[in-house]
Amino acid sequence: MTTQTKKNYVHGEYSLFRKIIVYVLLILGLAFFLLPVIWMLSTSLKTLPESQAFPPKWIPSFQWHNFVDVFKEVNFGRFTWNSIWYTIVTVVSTTFFSAFAAFGFARLRARGRTVLFGIVLSTMMLPPQVTMIPQYLIFNKLGLVDSYWPLIIPTIGGSAFTIFLLRQFYMGIPKELDEAVKIDGGGYFTIFFRILLPLSMPGLATAAIMEFMYRWNDLIGPLIYLSSPEKYPLALGLANFTAAFAQTPWNLLMAASIIAILPPLILFFFAQKYFIRGIVISGTKG
Amino acid sequence: MTLSLEHSVDTKKALPTKKKSKRSPKARQEERAFWIFILPWLIGLICFTGGPIVASLFLSFTDYNIVSSPVWVGLGNYINLFTDFLVMKSLAATAYYALLAVPFTIILGLLLAILLNQKVKGQAFFRTAFYAPSIIAGVSVAFLWSWLLNPDFGVVNSLLKQVFGIDGPNWFNSTHWVIPSMALMQLTAIGGTMVIFLASLQQLPKELYEAASLDGARGWAKFIHITVPLISPVILFNTIIAIISSFQVFTQAYVITQGGPDWHSYFYVYYLFDTAFSQYRMGYASALAWVLFIIIFALTMLSLWISRRLVYYEYDNK
Repeated sequence: MTTQTKKNYVHGEYSLFRKIIVYVLLILGLAFFLLPVIWMLSTSLKTLPESQAFPPKWIPSFQWHNFVDVFKEVNFGRFTWNSIWYTIVTVVSTTFFSAFAAFGFARLRARGRTVLFGIVLSTMMLPPQVTMIPQYLIFNKLGLVDSYWPLIIPTIGGSAFTIFLLRQFYMGIPKELDEAVKIDGGGYFTIFFRILLPLSMPGLATAAIMEFMYRWNDLIGPLIYLSSPEKYPLALGLANFTAAFAQTPWNLLMAASIIAILPPLILFFFAQKYFIRGIVISGTKG
Repeated sequence: MTLSLEHSVDTKKALPTKKKSKRSPKARQEERAFWIFILPWLIGLICFTGGPIVASLFLSFTDYNIVSSPVWVGLGNYINLFTDFLVMKSLAATAYYALLAVPFTIILGLLLAILLNQKVKGQAFFRTAFYAPSIIAGVSVAFLWSWLLNPDFGVVNSLLKQVFGIDGPNWFNSTHWVIPSMALMQLTAIGGTMVIFLASLQQLPKELYEAASLDGARGWAKFIHITVPLISPVILFNTIIAIISSFQVFTQAYVITQGGPDWHSYFYVYYLFDTAFSQYRMGYASALAWVLFIIIFALTMLSLWISRRLVYYEYDNK
């Protein structure tokens, strides 16, 4: 694969030979990327003995009830609900507070602004493991362990990356709009809520999606703070899924995993460009 | 909202007439607004980043089990780190993982980006299909790979047997294969790296390639002498990100192997997690966290230092 990809450059023009090689590689790549997912789906629709058959069967016997059984065997409905509300609350809160700070850094002149923004950028480089332990000790003192508060309260500070991203957005919005609001007697809050927030919707969507992916998939945060199974989000519930069974029920486990990836996947198909934009911005400007 | 943030309409007051106040009321008002807007972030910074950094540094010099008060032990924790078998074991596992996962992600990510940058029919479809698996992350992807690479019923070993007639390895159950298996899992996460490379490839100036073609440069030469130097800052960025994230690897080991077999996938952050939240040795765990920070910082600096001669910054499209 390596040598062939590079060889494509030998034929400067799009010769037929080169085109064939490109298509062969693309289809091979497609198989590599999609077969694991297809296999996941196939397993989720099998009976347990069927999933352990040799040679493996690609076409399952379509046990659709597996997806229902997941909710019956384990408290999966509860986990799903926990994940949904927790993700919504943290995504909205992080994005809003980040936008709030980003407005200050982008639009308002003040002494010390550059230094403070430097601090924003430097906090991006700090591994979360350094602050994890004292944060736990704080919430333990406050008696908030085994609740979602320790995961929600810190979102008041926004996320450094989102502040950075939204600041870039705000700096691209013409300042004349601010002046127009001021002439009409509006203050900075009016400028923020009426002008910048609505105009930065694409930026907010990008930031919110990146935060959503982080929150939905995060395991270590809930693992540290939540101990009652009825409080688990999907990531944690799924990690403990097999505990309820003597033998790993691969068919149900795959069904459960599919349920867990469904919301991000649906979001991806509706908001693909925001996903890509978020990654590209983090890669080229970060 | 009750705070007066309204813009001053009295222009006479705004004029800097008095010598003692250098800043106009308008500027002071703007400054006050700045502090109000960044206040939530500042509170977060002090309570959940700055404060904890100081606390963590202090704790790393103590013995602390939550129940009794911290006992000052000086450099004790840091000295113990050097003789701790599990520190060595977990650092070795983590470094080995990074050594495999980082080049794998960078090289394959770049090759896939080049492939997806070719002008073909269905380009958008291929790009979406290659990226889409990256959406599966966290625990789900761990279970997916654990199932794909299952030694007894896994589809990978079945295919190896059927197609090539070879007995596949025990993957996650083998001390030799567990880390390569974890690195192989990056295949699902490669989309992010690939998209960043693709975006940088799309921004390359066509004129350079045309000029090189006129001078008789062949494809390979163009790749080495034009593409690689031009995107070298992006390669550096992706490499640093990949190093940082490999040193924080945790989820797959927690879900698939619980650190096994025989501690071979007991990654550094896993050990840190156990020390803090299973054994409640908060002082020692804080020392582990600071060592992790130093390692990540040193590796980032090393990458930047090595890249000084290798990274080409003259072409800037921003």
